This record gives sequence, C-alpha cells and structure tokens, in this order.
Amino acid sequence: MSDRVSRKDFVAIVGTATAAAAVPTAATAAGVPATAAAPPMEMAATTKQHGGMAPLGNEPEAYTYFTEPEAAFIEAAVERLIPTDQHGPGARSAGVAFFIDQQLVGAFGTAAKMYRTGPWDAGTPMQGYQLRQTPAEVYRQGIAGAEAYCNKTYQKGFAQLSAAHQDEVLKGLDGGTIKFDVVPAKAFFEMLLQNTIEGFFGDPLYGGNRDKAGWKLVGFPGVAAYYANKITDYNKPYHVPPVSIADVQQGHPVAEGHELMHHMAMENAKRLNEVNQ
Amino acid sequence: MPKTMKPVDAVMIGVGWTGGIIARELTKAGLNVVGLERGDFRNTNPDFLTPGVHDELAYAVRNKLFQNPARDTLSFRNNVRETALPIRQFGSFLPGDGLGGAGVHWNGLTWRFLENEFKLRSNSIAKYGAGVLGEDCTTQDWGITYQDIEQDYDRFEYLCGISGKAGNLDGKKIAGGNVFEGPRKREYPNPPLKHSYSQEMFRKGMTEIGLHPFVSPSANNSRAYKNTEGIQMGPCAYCGYCERFGCEMSAKGSLQTTLLPILLKEPKFELRCNSHVLKINVDSTGKKATGVTYLDATGNEVIQPADIVFLTAFSLNNVHLLLLSGIGKAYDPATGQGVIGKNYTYQTGTSATLFYEGKHFNPFMGAGSLAMGIDDYNGDNFDHAGLDFIGGGVISQSTSGGRPIQYHPVPKGTPRWGAAWKAAAAKYYNSSFGWGAQGSVQAYRGNYLDLDPTYRNEHGQPLMRLTFDWGKHERKFSDWLGGKYEAMVKVLNPQSSIISTLSQHYSIVPYQSTHNTGGAIMGSDPSKSAVNTYMQVWDVPNVFSMGASAFPQNAGYNPTGTVGALAFRTADAVTKRYVKNPGLLT
Repeated sequence: MSDRVSRKDFVAIVGTATAAAAVPTAATAAGVPATAAAPPMEMAATTKQHGGMAPLGNEPEAYTYFTEPEAAFIEAAVERLIPTDQHGPGARSAGVAFFIDQQLVGAFGTAAKMYRTGPWDAGTPMQGYQLRQTPAEVYRQGIAGAEAYCNKTYQKGFAQLSAAHQDEVLKGLDGGTIKFDVVPAKAFFEMLLQNTIEGFFGDPLYGGNRDKAGWKLVGFPGVAAYYANKITDYNKPYHVPPVSIADVQQGHPVAEGHELMHHMAMENAKRLNEVNQ
Repeated sequence: MPKTMKPVDAVMIGVGWTGGIIARELTKAGLNVVGLERGDFRNTNPDFLTPGVHDELAYAVRNKLFQNPARDTLSFRNNVRETALPIRQFGSFLPGDGLGGAGVHWNGLTWRFLENEFKLRSNSIAKYGAGVLGEDCTTQDWGITYQDIEQDYDRFEYLCGISGKAGNLDGKKIAGGNVFEGPRKREYPNPPLKHSYSQEMFRKGMTEIGLHPFVSPSANNSRAYKNTEGIQMGPCAYCGYCERFGCEMSAKGSLQTTLLPILLKEPKFELRCNSHVLKINVDSTGKKATGVTYLDATGNEVIQPADIVFLTAFSLNNVHLLLLSGIGKAYDPATGQGVIGKNYTYQTGTSATLFYEGKHFNPFMGAGSLAMGIDDYNGDNFDHAGLDFIGGGVISQSTSGGRPIQYHPVPKGTPRWGAAWKAAAAKYYNSSFGWGAQGSVQAYRGNYLDLDPTYRNEHGQPLMRLTFDWGKHERKFSDWLGGKYEAMVKVLNPQSSIISTLSQHYSIVPYQSTHNTGGAIMGSDPSKSAVNTYMQVWDVPNVFSMGASAFPQNAGYNPTGTVGALAFRTADAVTKRYVKNPGLLT
C-alpha cells in the first residue's frame, strides 16, 4: 500500500515518541507493539473493528406507510424513473420503494423540519413549498390522483400499465399536463423523483441503494475516503468496491481496501483529543 | 418569575466563530464571560467521526446540522408589493445550528476582501461617475480600510492555519498566488492544498488565455498544524465530505478545532448550550443594555445580567434579535430612514459545467475549499467603464466532493429520468467538472429585513421578513461574466458545456449560498449604519453586533475571513480601550 499519511504529518500530530507512547492505540490494545515511527494506518491495519459493533442482523423488511396498492404504484413508478437496463439494476431492485416508505414514516414524511403554521397561500414559485400537506400526505393524495387518472384513461391501475403507458403518465405529471384536485401533480412528481434519486444514491442503511447499485453505476467509492495521496493521480481511474457506513461500523472486510480512512480518522481524532487536553 | 443569574462582564449570544474568538480574548483579559448557545453541544470526537458523518442523505440532504425551520424561520417575498410567506423548508441558504454554528459545516474558503471593497461607494463614483450606482443603490463605504484590519486578517488565518500562497507580500506581486489581493505582511501559515486533475486542466487553460489562476486559500489544512492557541489540528484527508459536514480529521478550521479545547478549560468562561436568547434587555433610558433573557433547555425563562452584550449569532439571527429587542431604529424602505434591517445583501452564482468523453476526474476526491481560483473578474480588478455595473466575483473550480445524490451532472438536453438519464449519469459522473463565481451583491433601497406582521416562531415571536431580489448590478455582471465563460470553456475543449447565469428573480428554492449579509451594517455615520466600525450599536453602545450582518454590502468572496478579522478587531478594542472607559469607541 503506497498511500499513507506522510510521516511528517504523523509526527506533527502525535508529537514526540514520549507523547505517542502515552497514548494507548488500538494496535497496542490488540497486543501488537506500536512504535512512534509507525504511521497510524499501519497500526490501525492490525485491528478490524472500531467500537466493536456487531452486525445489526437481517430483520425482514416490510412496508410501514404504503398500503399494498400504494406500494405497487411506487415500485412500478421508481422503476420507470431509474429502469433496470444494461447499465445495471434499476430503482425497484435497489429497494427505493422501501426507502421511500421508511422516509415517509420518519422525520421527512412527517415534516419534522418544516414550518407548518398558516395562513396558507400558494405564493409565487420563488417562495417555495407552501403546501399544507406533509410529504407523507403528498404521496397518499398524489398516488390516489395518479391512480384515478390511470383508471379513467386506461381502465387499469398504474402498475398494470405497459412501460410505455407508465412513461406517458409520468411525463404528464412531470410536464404539468395531468392535474389532480387536491395536491398539485407536479409537486407530487418532483418529490417522487427527488426521493427516488435519494434512495438510489443514499447510503444503503436507509433501505435503498441495495448492493450499492447506485454507487456502482457511477463509480462512487462510498464513505471510506482517504485521498490525500490519490488526488494527484491525474486522469487515472479509481476502481474499488464501494463501502457503506454499516461496512465500516461492523468491520466488514470490504472496508479494509479503502486506504483505511475510518481507522485513520479515528486514530487521528483520539490522538488530537489527548494532545489537546 | 424568571430566574436571574449572577451578573457577568460579558455575554455571547451564540457560540460560533465570533462568539468563540471574543470569549477567548475577553477571558484572556480577565473578564468573566457566559456563552449562550441555543443548539446542542458537539465536538469532533464523537460527533463528527467516520463512518457516521459520511452520510450524504442525513447531512447534505436532510440538513442534519442546520437550523430547523419548524422552530424558527424567515418569511420571504421578492418585493414590497408581494405578501411574504414563510420559508417552510430551507433551500437557498442553510443557517447552521448548534455549537460552532455555520463554522462547522462551511467549506473553508477564507478570503481577505479587496482593498477597493472597503471604499466601494466613493471609489466607484470617483472612477465611473455619480450615475454608475443607480438611484436605488444604497451601497456604502465601510468606514475602515483594508490596512486597518490587515493584522486582524492575519490573526484569523494563523488561528485556523489557512493553506494558501501569498500573491502580494508587502506590495510585491507573486505569481502563483492571487496577484489581485491587498498587500499582506507575511505568508499563509500553511502551503496550498494539492490540486486535482480538473484544477490542473483549469490552471493551464486559464493561464493560456491570460488569466491568473491560483490555489484558493483554504481552511482545510494542507498539513498538520499547531495553531496560535497551541491547539493541534490534523491534515486534510481530501475525503470529499466537507460542505454540510463536520470534519473528522480536525483539519477544517472551526470553533471546535481552533478554540474550544482552551475555552472549555477556561475558568472565566461558562458555556451554556440549549439556551435560546429571546431578547436583549435594556434599562429605562433605552441606551444601555442590562443583559439578556433566554429559555433554558427545559423552557424556563432565565435572565442573565451582563455589562456587555455581544450578538454573535448567525448574521440573520443578529438582526432578528435587534428587531425583537427594539434596539436601534428599524429601517423603513418607504422613507429610507432607520438602520436595523437595512442593506440586506447576498451572493450571486454564475456557473459553467463541462462534459468530456472518457476522462477520469474522480470528483469524490476533494476538500470543501479545494479550488483553483481566478480573481481577474472580481471587484474592480477589471475596468468597468461602459459596463453599467460595479463589482464582480471570484471564480472557483472546486472539487468539494462528488456525493452522488446531489452531484450527477448530465449534458444539456438529457431527460430528467428514465434510461437516457441513467446512461448519461453513469457516463458523465466521472467525466465532467465545473466552476462557479461568487458574485458580489450591491445594496438597494428595497432589499431589507424587518418583522413579519403575520407569521410567528415557536416562541410566539414574529418571524423576520426578508424582502429581496436581484438588482441591476447583479444581473448585468452575471450576463457579462457568462460571456467571458465562453472563452474559458473554449480553451478547455469539452465535448459539450452548460453555462448558467442568474435567474430573473431570486428564489428561495435552490441552494445558492449561506452568505446572508447586511441588516446591521457598520459605518461611520449613525444615520446610515447600525453599528460603528467596532461593531457597537450606535444607540446602545454596550451592545456589539458581530458577523456578516455588519457588511454594508457583499463582496465577491466568501465572508468568513472578514467575519473573523472584524471579531479580532472588536476584541482588541474592547479589551484595550472599552473596558477602561465604557462608551462609544472612536
């Protein structure tokens, strides 16, 4: 491994050999003698886990907010927004519908970080979101509106439509040609598209981006990220299996290939904590 | 009956950059200081450690470190003819929340404003004629010069360990640094950051067309650094999780990484988090503050008497508290009279995105303020004759991290979703880069802050109302700069490109900048400014209102360097002169 914190930086952080010796490191705790000259990543490389967190387990996933028909709508819709194709899995198999469901029962869906006092007025586009509905309510009413449109136009529910007809409906929502009575169709579509992208590219811990499908699509390495010596490798591809928060927290072997950013940062923080006491 | 605490020499309303700097300087001088921070306590370890802090959804999208609008927000309208509506979710700007304030989640671009900036009104009129500003433009001089605060800029830079290269040492211009900057007495404390592939391409291309690129000054430390307080900071990891995140490496200058370890040990300083100040109290004359009233974590009202009150919250909250406390005369755009809320300004964006075939820019490798800068089109660094605008902006080719929820550029004409979008996102994620300008914003008679007549916050207090739109100088500069971008794009020879200039009207929806400035502006004339050049409220001289709310208008740079410098200037004046002889400093 060629990429390391420079020895100069390490010495500057730790100070003298005495100071380093006074700070118990993960390496010494693991029974491996540490020397002041050893860069922190070398020391950290001897330990696999920080915090000793065990995997949280594989509990069954289930929809909490969406009803069965609603879930069918969302699963079909997100798969048209990001379809499965030669580039890889689409949003449905990446778990995006489940991601959105989980978001809607949490702080996002219940508008925990939204100002929710009236009077209510549509305002101008420059004044932003002025709906009285929470995001969870936007979905409930938006799906109902879209299903009503599909039943009227095609005599079928959205999930039963052909891909071409599904695209037609989504384009109508996006372009403002389909309108709903209660919630603006365009607002519903914008939220759905934004949440689909979030679910596809966000950390897998939220239920989407399964098997890191989104990160693999674009080549994003994920959360482990120490690039101080890679940044000047001009125009060179950087291919590593992406790493998630759970991989690092639970000491998954895949995290070890990532220049040990997490170890580096943890060691750095612990040392600075001591030095600055 | 509110509880009354033991009186102290000084109270800080908000503990971020300005509150931390002033608390440190005052306690060093022997004063007893209480810091009231409305948010949570937080520190690098454990709050900002990996892997948890590398969570794009929680931090960058769901705004983990930002003010919660459910508790307090602003209302907004573009002009006085409209009815302001509450900003129900933050978008255009993201005020920080919690110990360290916005100084935790900032990127770290740390500038000194150009010499010309401090005398912008008089210099512009002298050079381009009385008509250049326009009738409704209330841009003013600062009442100080660059030279007045050169040593204060230096102190802030050495506190943080700013990484950069001087372009002007004592008047001597140095290639590779920013040759347009005002003279500095010494080099930056740390060398510039390493720069990325896109930045190297940008540097070469811009040099070729006669511009003057330089690695931008950054509060992401290029190496481990022991600061002027003896606090050890780490080296930047170029991890790409900086803006909107805390720094796990202690490499980004912030209250936590530069001052907090000292303050927490300081017996003359007491930090009280989860303490929300409701108002500044004044005596019966209205000319003297007696302290503040705040709510503690359990919602009980507490009175904290203090000889000096420092408004050290985010700029918008400083102005809000002055208005809520009835300190200073509120500004009225109809008459132009009054000073609190006057000259609210902001920042403009003009950007370019370039798309290539088969390049590997690795956008996920980056640092918040890792940028190749161009200052040729900022301030008065170019001749404005015949252009009918003043000001400009620094251009940054930044690589601050390619976190994919928010970063997946696609060429013009790409559908927003579906197979074609997916293919383009996959193809161009690693093969595109861009740049943007931080444009200056002039002050106008109709852009201001006051109290909303309808909407209230969780404490039942009126929200602050923001009335703002772009003016002549912003629109004309952005259009002109967009034209300049064409030559800059051409020399870099991309497959395709997108140039974006200013929207017709300011919108609070898309993120633009958290450089909300003005509203309690500094100056030398009490009829035209809220505070004097030491940040003292003219009408109530034992209240000091700090931060970017004091900028008479906004320059084409990020504000924090100047915010830090002005805090040191005030701290010096208070400890050396004010405490011996309280009253208006001259």
